[in-house]
Amino acid sequence: MSSSLFTPFLITLLVAGLTFSTRFLPFALFGGGKKVPAIVQALGELLPPAVMAILVVYCLRNVSIMMAPHGLPEFIAIGIVAILHIWKRNNLLSIGGGTVIYMVLVQMVF
Amino acid sequence: MTTKKEIIKYAFIQTLPVLFGYVFMGIAFGILLEEAGYNFVWALFISLTVYSGSMQFVLIGLLGGGMGIISMIILTLSVQCRHIFYGLSFIEKFKAMGKRGWYMVFSLTDETYSLLCGMKIPEELDKKKVFLAVAVLDQSYWVLGCTIGGILGSFIGFDTTGIDFAMTALFVVIFIEQWYSFPSHIPAIIGICCGTAALIIFGANAFILPALIASVCLLLLLKNTIVKQDDCQEACE
Repeated sequence: MSSSLFTPFLITLLVAGLTFSTRFLPFALFGGGKKVPAIVQALGELLPPAVMAILVVYCLRNVSIMMAPHGLPEFIAIGIVAILHIWKRNNLLSIGGGTVIYMVLVQMVF
Repeated sequence: MTTKKEIIKYAFIQTLPVLFGYVFMGIAFGILLEEAGYNFVWALFISLTVYSGSMQFVLIGLLGGGMGIISMIILTLSVQCRHIFYGLSFIEKFKAMGKRGWYMVFSLTDETYSLLCGMKIPEELDKKKVFLAVAVLDQSYWVLGCTIGGILGSFIGFDTTGIDFAMTALFVVIFIEQWYSFPSHIPAIIGICCGTAALIIFGANAFILPALIASVCLLLLLKNTIVKQDDCQEACE
């Protein structure tokens, strides 16, 4: 393997190792028969909806409201994903439809 | 007695929504990775080792180097820390699966987690085998999608600008699903508020960790209110 491929190879292994460690942590902490504290249990239930919202914000983190096109392609496409999804509840349709419309918006409209 | 075939058939039907999602998202990932200069062998390698939708998209930006190792570690842990909470529901179940439990831990993605949580497995099927079949099927869809995307990426003739929006759309869809299925909307609203506030205060490159910490604190503070609201709704229904 040439050295130009070695760095991305190591970065991939690092990210893979860290990802596994986050998945393994609860088992390492509470796997030894210790009872899971009520507070941790509650977080396990309540956190996922909050994290999904933060991940949506994460995807939009580089969108500038101040500069043209003011995040319009993103907000229009998200609106379309939401409408499609509330209407049909079909993941593929919502994600596919929203992405195609976003691509049209950024390539041809804005 | 149930046969292997029945277990795989049940798991396949359960994983159908993930099949479409993973193949589609995987293709988007493979195309983007190919555009960044890494062919389908990389897509195959990454989807086998990292196996995480959101993180793999972030990883494309990291592969070229340029970001310090500490920043990379913090970014990865911030994006992935939600996984810490997924395992909590499965500690005893995965432990009972022996060596296969290790694969279950490795493969506990957002989608596999939600399937395992939501499935009402019929009595006659071996629960552990169904779990493993679901986990293996989900990763095969993902690996397949990523690899196809990597191959397609080298042939593609049209402008793919904006295809990365597929990741945003995926999170929006999961958000809406949770909005419907979760008894209280308070956690989702906390996430929106903390995410937006942290983005404004800390900026695009440093907001995830503060947003998560603030959400955890608020959820713990409001825990009793949220749970009470759940009970009330259940009583009303």
